[in-house]
Amino acid sequence: MTATHSQLAEAFNKDFDRTTWHDEALWFVRQKRDSAAYGIKEFQELRELASRIKEHTLSNLDKYLVSFEQNAIRNGVIVHWAMDAEEHNKIVLDILLKSNSKRIVKSKSMLTEECHLNPYLQKNGIEVVDTDLGEHIIQLRKEPPSHIVLPAIHLKKEDVGNTFHHHLGTPAHESDPQRLAEAARQHLREKFISSDAAISGVNFAVAETGSVVVCTNEGNADLGINFAKVHIACMGIEKIIPAWDHLGVFTRLLARSATGQSITTYTSHFTKPLEGATMHVVILDNGRTKQLGREDFRNSLKCIRCGACMNTCPVYRRSGGHSYNFTVPGPIGSILSPNLDLKKYSSLPFASTLCGSCTFVCPVKIDIHVQLYKWRQIIAEENILPVYKKWSMKIMATLLANPLLYDLGGKLARYVLRITPDRILNNNWLNSWAKARELPKPPKTSFKTWYIQSSKKK
Amino acid sequence: MTVGLFIPCYIDQFFPQVAIATLQLLEKLGINVEYPIRQTCCGQPMANSGFEQSSISVYQLFVKNFSRYDYVVTPTGSCAYHVRKHFNKIDQTPEVVKVRNSTFELVNFLTDVLNKTEVAVSFPHQVGFHQSCHGQRGLGLSNASEITPDQDGQAIRLLRTIKDIKLTQLTRTDECCGFGGTFCVSEEAVSARMGIDRIADHVRNKTEVLTGGDMSCLMHLDGIIKRQRLPIKVMHIAEILNGNNIYE
Ligand code: SF4
Repeated sequence: MTATHSQLAEAFNKDFDRTTWHDEALWFVRQKRDSAAYGIKEFQELRELASRIKEHTLSNLDKYLVSFEQNAIRNGVIVHWAMDAEEHNKIVLDILLKSNSKRIVKSKSMLTEECHLNPYLQKNGIEVVDTDLGEHIIQLRKEPPSHIVLPAIHLKKEDVGNTFHHHLGTPAHESDPQRLAEAARQHLREKFISSDAAISGVNFAVAETGSVVVCTNEGNADLGINFAKVHIACMGIEKIIPAWDHLGVFTRLLARSATGQSITTYTSHFTKPLEGATMHVVILDNGRTKQLGREDFRNSLKCIRCGACMNTCPVYRRSGGHSYNFTVPGPIGSILSPNLDLKKYSSLPFASTLCGSCTFVCPVKIDIHVQLYKWRQIIAEENILPVYKKWSMKIMATLLANPLLYDLGGKLARYVLRITPDRILNNNWLNSWAKARELPKPPKTSFKTWYIQSSKKK
Repeated sequence: MTVGLFIPCYIDQFFPQVAIATLQLLEKLGINVEYPIRQTCCGQPMANSGFEQSSISVYQLFVKNFSRYDYVVTPTGSCAYHVRKHFNKIDQTPEVVKVRNSTFELVNFLTDVLNKTEVAVSFPHQVGFHQSCHGQRGLGLSNASEITPDQDGQAIRLLRTIKDIKLTQLTRTDECCGFGGTFCVSEEAVSARMGIDRIADHVRNKTEVLTGGDMSCLMHLDGIIKRQRLPIKVMHIAEILNGNNIYE
């Protein structure tokens, strides 16, 4: 059985100071986002607009996907359709083999993480180098990303120093971010120059023109794509927006929500292949149409992967991205993952207090916490919760639907709590409560008893 | 006007003083208050754990108990939110619709139904207000920092009118306390850590009395305060508005 979120979160929390550090690092990003959002007065209107454009697009996805394809083909782009991760990976491998590409540079693609493309290509004798600094760090460490925008946010600069010392030969204990970044740059430069093909993600795919737009801060996508003779852009079907005019709404929201910048340093538009090069777009479903068919969860596909819901989530900040065990961690991952494997990810919708901060921060207004609540209902109905949880809830419901039983139960509970020292209360729930918290001191009478007695006196 | 007083199960059993303060406060304002004694709970604990279906008979009992009142008032934002938002699962009979629309969190009732803008009590202490998420983002009782830097809300406005009170300015104004219903035990580590961090913010900013509109958050935070033996007293906002003093 895979570890649950709460087990992994408990392990994460063993290091108190590191948890503090992680929480504060992400809270800092949330604060930068706040000032950027407060900074433009139409921010809330933009959210509404973005949400509506996405909703419209999702309900007309069939048409927009086809028109995107037609326009892309007209531009000389080769378009491929993939049902699932396996097909996606095969298509990519096929393109690489046919073009005799052995060395690949990759950037900005959570989608290829989702498909586990790297191990697949490596198995087939192809060298893949992730060129975003954060991605590169975790690739060297053979770790999955812990955040969709800041994939190495779980690492301190000292950790990065160690990794680079091992793999890139930087001096031991070097932890100066400038010098570390420079070392990575030198190392990556070689890779860029010698690469045969470049794989990129896609932030937005414009149906009207058949173009794909990639937003980066490091410029590595451009560098990779412009050096290589083959460009493969991989996207999920939900990346479509109808027209150029809509793009500004999203680019204004994306960077502000992600990092608090007004815009990403590079917003690169790719419409047709360079002279003498080829350009491919791989369009992936991988469960997305299934999610589109779920009325309660459909609008999770509006997501533009800004990461704001992670930065704001008090649970994510205190449990780390790896505790979610899914490519997209945090609140949005917790509503996307059950669609793919309800059982495997059944602990994720419960990894939330339903505080709603994610919903309030989301630039495309996904009602994330409402969907978490709804997944919980489905998970309980499908009978995949621990048996004790099920029975305790059923017993509780019976008690609470019956005033007499409730009175009796309450009296008993107060009595037991009053006479039994905390240490020997042998109950899972009470023990969990009492690890860091005292139990409330139960009073002699309930309010109900007091009320009845005092009304008699009147 | 007759108000049905809804006292959630854990307040009834563990914090009768909060229910008493709520009752007294409403009566002082000249409201006729009744407490239907066959009441139990709003069903939220089960529903939030995924067992909405099992809660349905609890919802029905709730409606049966409260549909005869002009308003239902409860000293907890979370339960008011649950009744309003999640009682959509049962048949929307006129009684159900009425109960959903007339259920109010206490402070919300004072400010929006009774139009109270101030309270004539004094409370000479440094008070930290804990904004519950269900009250804030669920019922919209206060501004949220995701939307605006202006910290404003019904409870804060009322508290500001109290004589000699000092209000704590928190570093993180509206972060969740980590209670979250069964989350507090199923995700014990994160829940406790969130509570510890919330309390640290209050300690850093000199809170003497911690208050709020949701006893569930306060129970969790009080558990942490007591475990850490901190000199912070926890009182529900009903107790402060009722003029209770700190030693009661
Ligand atoms: S769900 Fe919303 S906040 Fe979260 S990553 Fe997607 S767009 Fe950003």
